[in-house]
Amino acid sequence: MTHPDLAPAFTLPRVDGGEEVFAPGSGSPTLVVFTGNRCPYALAWHDRIQAVARDYAPRGVRSLQISPNSTGVVVDDSVERSAERVAGGDFASPYLRDEDQAVALAWGAERTPHAFVIDGAGRIVYAGAPDADHDDPAQNAEYLRTALDELLDGRPLSRGETPAVGCTIKWLEGAAPPAS
Amino acid sequence: MPRLELLVWSDCPSHERARAIAVELLAELGLGGEPALSWIETDEEARRRGFVGSPTFRVDDVDPIPPLDDDVPGLACRVYRRRDGRVSPLPDPEQLREGLARLLGAG
Repeated sequence: MTHPDLAPAFTLPRVDGGEEVFAPGSGSPTLVVFTGNRCPYALAWHDRIQAVARDYAPRGVRSLQISPNSTGVVVDDSVERSAERVAGGDFASPYLRDEDQAVALAWGAERTPHAFVIDGAGRIVYAGAPDADHDDPAQNAEYLRTALDELLDGRPLSRGETPAVGCTIKWLEGAAPPAS
Repeated sequence: MPRLELLVWSDCPSHERARAIAVELLAELGLGGEPALSWIETDEEARRRGFVGSPTFRVDDVDPIPPLDDDVPGLACRVYRRRDGRVSPLPDPEQLREGLARLLGAG
């Protein structure tokens, strides 16, 4: 599955109540990460992703994290479990639920984690893994930080895409995208 | 002779690294060789083998690393908690080495 050039708009519920609207072209850079509560890759990278969300918020970067898995397959991705994690302070940005998986499909998300950096015009300028090694915290989500630094500095991006590394998104019956 | 088996699911990308770790540990333990790879690709197989995620190491069907309390059989990437507290898709190397040495009677 490939991602679109322009980030698709969405409105999704937060797992802790309320909703978030993403409208491409709002002028601000955005980080969107598809993630989950039970995937060891998502958990291994989790703290690094939260650090990026915290570090770049003062520079005007909005971060959104999205839970897309079918809870029929991954019970731990229930809204209740996700809300517990949010209440426990696990997330540095809103954690949203993509119940019908329409957003994951529209964005071409394949795995958790799958990270997307979107520029102020709404273009997806980076998609892929947070960094080169889930088991090495010293990597510090370098792919995301480099993309955001270059974007904020108005420089051309040195890396537009890397393979997403992680657990495959668990699709609802009949919802899986065609194999690419 | 005890036999090291590596149970893996093709959807989880850790199997190549897990196999390399197993080969390395078998050499370190003076045994050499490779693990027997068993591909688990259906929920039924996962339940039948008590497979709590990929990769899972077994010596004569005994797991050198006890599953977590909330692990359930199924097609998934396995969640390992390392000794330093970090979560990883791969086991703590030292814990795995100790477990394999004990079960394989080597090291």
